[in-house]
Amino acid sequence: MSARLRIGIVDYGAGNLPSVDQALRAVGASPQVIRTADELATVEALVVPGVGAAGPAMDRLRAADLVDPIRSWVARGRPLLGICLGLQLLYDGSDEDGAETLGLLPGRTMIIPDAPTLPHIGWNQVVRRPARLDDPLFAGIRDGADLYFVHSYAGRPAPEADEAIVGETIHGGRFVSAIARWPLLGLQFHPERSGPVGLRILANAVDIMRVGALAGPGAVAGGWRPDPVGAGGTAGRD
Amino acid sequence: MLCHRVIPCLDVADGRVVKGVRFVDLVDAGDPPTLAGRYADEGADEIVFLDITAAPEGRGTLLDIVERTARRAFIPLTVGGGVRSVDEMRDVLRAGADRVSLNSAAVADPRLVDRCATRFGRQAVVIAIDARRVADGWEVVVRGGRDGTGLDAIAWAERSADEGAGELLVTSIDRDGTRAGFDIELLRAIRARVDIPIIASGGAGGPDDFVAAIADGGADAVLAAGVFHRGEWSIGQVKDAMSAAGLPVRHLAEPMS
Repeated sequence: MSARLRIGIVDYGAGNLPSVDQALRAVGASPQVIRTADELATVEALVVPGVGAAGPAMDRLRAADLVDPIRSWVARGRPLLGICLGLQLLYDGSDEDGAETLGLLPGRTMIIPDAPTLPHIGWNQVVRRPARLDDPLFAGIRDGADLYFVHSYAGRPAPEADEAIVGETIHGGRFVSAIARWPLLGLQFHPERSGPVGLRILANAVDIMRVGALAGPGAVAGGWRPDPVGAGGTAGRD
Repeated sequence: MLCHRVIPCLDVADGRVVKGVRFVDLVDAGDPPTLAGRYADEGADEIVFLDITAAPEGRGTLLDIVERTARRAFIPLTVGGGVRSVDEMRDVLRAGADRVSLNSAAVADPRLVDRCATRFGRQAVVIAIDARRVADGWEVVVRGGRDGTGLDAIAWAERSADEGAGELLVTSIDRDGTRAGFDIELLRAIRARVDIPIIASGGAGGPDDFVAAIADGGADAVLAAGVFHRGEWSIGQVKDAMSAAGLPVRHLAEPMS
């Protein structure tokens, strides 16, 4: 096994850092907290965690001067895993607070449609897209596995980014619960709180980021293509 | 489809888990992190951790115990007891809680619910309502069931949801520790007025009670302490009964396909 992947957990005051930190350690990564742009130089991959609302989260990212550094991190093809709110922030904007978000993945965050209860709290199934049944992000996980959610909003990639969708979940209406498009990974559920199954998915994500960061996305099992990310992106060639 | 959660509750006093019988005459039932880990392994869908001495004695939640508990169980942890402000909620989240439940402090200052929800998102805010039957409905009681407030529990449930609560933890003080079953009428009355999820608490005696709280009471999740702590019923037995009744639950399974 190669050296432990140095992962920066972006701390912008949005809670649940200890859970993510402990889970990353449990799967053999070496996490550290990132509070300033300078600290990005010391890590090989980023995790953007988060619970809470999109507007205040973006305000705090801006106040910490982390918005542009995160955008250029992704533009250089370096891996980033967004969890829950951290995934929602990857899209262009959110209906929650009308916030403009990071704009790294074309699409928008909306409230879960036709939900019988909100927030959506508890264990629900992630059903993979037929084309992504063998995706390395879910290696070793049966289709329809139960994972822990706690949120009211979820993002959906724009039609031109539809292939980023790995899995979806139903709570009344259908929403996107997992995406993967190099160098972005995103999980709407909390792998750090989803028991052994969640830890396995987190371990998969760490593996993907390690291999991709080292040798480029073409080296990731499952044949990920080095899709450009965002306008003029040069992802995968850095 | 969203699974119904089965949640063991760790009532903690002076750093130890205790079984509550109407919140008085407590008997020691173990170390919080040890029990949390055991329940996670047995298939608990979440752990609720209540520092039940916090409010009466006016002291803060025991953050170190929260931290040790959170480290042991990679399942969601909701923590309550003595949280009075946005800053205290932040500290509990920082210690490793995923969600925080507010009780007495929210009754005293309902706007606290809104401030916490604005800061951390409504999904992180659980409002714990301890309700006692009175002639024309249910009254909210605080300080571990010791003090009446005169506040109508159903109206308070609705107000909490309006202020930004993400979930209600509804405990029948009359049923708590009696094993006579959940107060189905109380659950129904609240279900009729709010769209946020409800955790039923107080009165669990056997698997059928858990089924009834969901099927008849409209609860989304069920919580119990003593029946689990005493080993009378396992999480798995409760889930089997729920599953047999057609209620979706999460079953422990190997991650491998």
